[in-house]
Amino acid sequence: MENSQQTALVVKELSCSRDERLLFSGLNFTLMPGQVLLLEGSNGSGKTTLLRVLCGFRDADAGDISWCGDQIDESSYYADMAYVGHADGTKKELTVLENLRFALALNMPGHYSIQQALEKVQLAGYDDNSVQTLSAGQKRRLSLARLLITHNILWILDEPFTSLDRQGIELIETLMVAHVEQGGMVILTSHHDLTIPHMSLQRIHLDSLDS
Amino acid sequence: MTLTAAFFAIIRRDLLLAFRRRAEMANPLFFFVLIVTLFPLAVGAQPQLLQTMAPGVIWVSALLAALLSLDSLFRSDFEDGSLEQMLLSPHSLSVLVLGKIIAHWLVTGLPLLLVAPLLALFLGLPEQAMGTLWLTLILATPLLSLIGAIGVALTVGLRRGGMILSLLVLPLYVPVLIFASNAVDRAASGLPVGAQLNILLAMLLAALVLVPLPTSAALKMSVN
Amino acid sequence: MSVIPAAVSRFFHRTASSPHFYALADRFIPWLTAIFILLLAAGLYGGLYLAPTDYQQGDSYRIIYIHVPAAWMSLFIYVLMAIMGAIALVWHMKMAEVMLVASAPIGAGFTFIALVTGSLWGKPMWGTWWVWDARLTSELILLFLYLGVISLYGAIEDKRAAARAVSILALVGVVNIPIIHYSVQWWNTLHQGPTVSKMGKPSIHVEMLVPLLLMAVAFKFYYLIAALQAAKLELLKREASSQWVKTLLEKQA
Repeated sequence: MENSQQTALVVKELSCSRDERLLFSGLNFTLMPGQVLLLEGSNGSGKTTLLRVLCGFRDADAGDISWCGDQIDESSYYADMAYVGHADGTKKELTVLENLRFALALNMPGHYSIQQALEKVQLAGYDDNSVQTLSAGQKRRLSLARLLITHNILWILDEPFTSLDRQGIELIETLMVAHVEQGGMVILTSHHDLTIPHMSLQRIHLDSLDS
Repeated sequence: MTLTAAFFAIIRRDLLLAFRRRAEMANPLFFFVLIVTLFPLAVGAQPQLLQTMAPGVIWVSALLAALLSLDSLFRSDFEDGSLEQMLLSPHSLSVLVLGKIIAHWLVTGLPLLLVAPLLALFLGLPEQAMGTLWLTLILATPLLSLIGAIGVALTVGLRRGGMILSLLVLPLYVPVLIFASNAVDRAASGLPVGAQLNILLAMLLAALVLVPLPTSAALKMSVN
Repeated sequence: MSVIPAAVSRFFHRTASSPHFYALADRFIPWLTAIFILLLAAGLYGGLYLAPTDYQQGDSYRIIYIHVPAAWMSLFIYVLMAIMGAIALVWHMKMAEVMLVASAPIGAGFTFIALVTGSLWGKPMWGTWWVWDARLTSELILLFLYLGVISLYGAIEDKRAAARAVSILALVGVVNIPIIHYSVQWWNTLHQGPTVSKMGKPSIHVEMLVPLLLMAVAFKFYYLIAALQAAKLELLKREASSQWVKTLLEKQA
């Protein structure tokens, strides 16, 4: 945190289209530590596209994304962010432990050990279970465990609540609140409304940006 | 974790995955044996003819087997989101990609080294060419994985990328085919093969350095 | 960036916008066509009428006025495609992407012409339609490289991603072309040495050479015209829903 620039994700005048259809344009927001950004909008409004632009998977048509004052490619952005998308990013033939160890090898270690993380997501004792034996909800919780064991400030979550029951949703909300209270940031899309303290919550409705 | 740790972690993971999917991984090897078997059936079993054709038959079959195995290089990573996670890793994607290619060669290229001499024997390749056949396989099968990686990276996002993959990759395999089978051919007639082996070695070294870059660029395009 | 003079940089930025490029292409095409026709007429007149009959091959050698320039073009266009691919990848210049994509079918066409005329030429010379001659074989592989570019571009639905993919492919291809060429020559050591590029002591008659060079330049102009036309079409397709295309269509209607 001794950066000359303050930790922040700044998005300026971002616009993006798909198949010649404008999804959003002139999108501006700033996300500071301790804040959650919820992206709302109907299907096809460009929520996932925006997340993929923020991950650097696709280029925006115009606009600027910066991290701690620098362009994301020239900053520590990729070391400081983590993404959980529709695809889990886990290998079904490998065990829970093998998957998490691999995730750790690709990234810098974070706050929690693998065992602590598994307890947090209520998968303790599943270490040696192959991922294909897990239920959909358990798989989702496993991919969230990845967020806990690796170093990151910004979480980018695409529909993190799918295939989770009420308990699972509450669990993720608790994890998000804990992450944000430690100075983290979260950007997520969800059809489900959040029940976390509102003071830290920003909302962007993508349908209303599409003119 | 360090880049070296990530590099070896990716090789270890892919080898482990190959081991868990071993039935699937054996297919290119069976395919290789099968194609070699088809040639005597198609052209007749005259020992003289088979002996002349042996280097070419083995190398064309190795090429086709390599082509068939390429799909497994990035397909599952692309489908289950692992590729996205690799892209987001703070480590250089090129190095991770090189790790994947090496693992792929260990799983698909190395077994050919064991089976090909046996098949060469069936085709009547003279024993004096066996050493050269081995050397060409050691030098050139990694080249097949490396060159193929670019093609797979370009087509992994396509639903029916198989045909296009062969159209992209096979022309690029031509030099490998020429030098490798030419070396075995000459060795069978007792001629020196230093030049061919050196060229293959040079191509291998150049590919090791050059291939990861376009491959990772193509993977980024495919994830898009 | 500062290396490039401001005027040049401004020119590139202006050309880099689609409507500008479109208008520029429209303005140049008639001139290019005029030059092409002049060169073609001169080249054909020189080649088919003025140039002497070859003492060995008779008149059948005259096919070189199509075959050789086409073969040159096939390589030239691939190299150009790689250069445009590099520009497209480094500077994200859309016009370079469009020109690359527009060039591929033209290059494939020239390669095909070189193959067909080569095989027609081979019939009286070798007595068969096809011999596995090193240069014909290289040309055939080059055709496959072109077809790879064309089908990859066609297969990827998102055209921006597709353009990036073919840029990468063209660069990979151009690195491999010399290796392929060299390996094929190795494979077939029984080939005719290159006839024209021997600088200093040209082994062909000047009266034969001049029309050949005229034809070569004419083919380059043809390529420019065809590539610009194809690029215009590609731009219209890609940006069908943009404002400038709509205005353009209204103006022409």
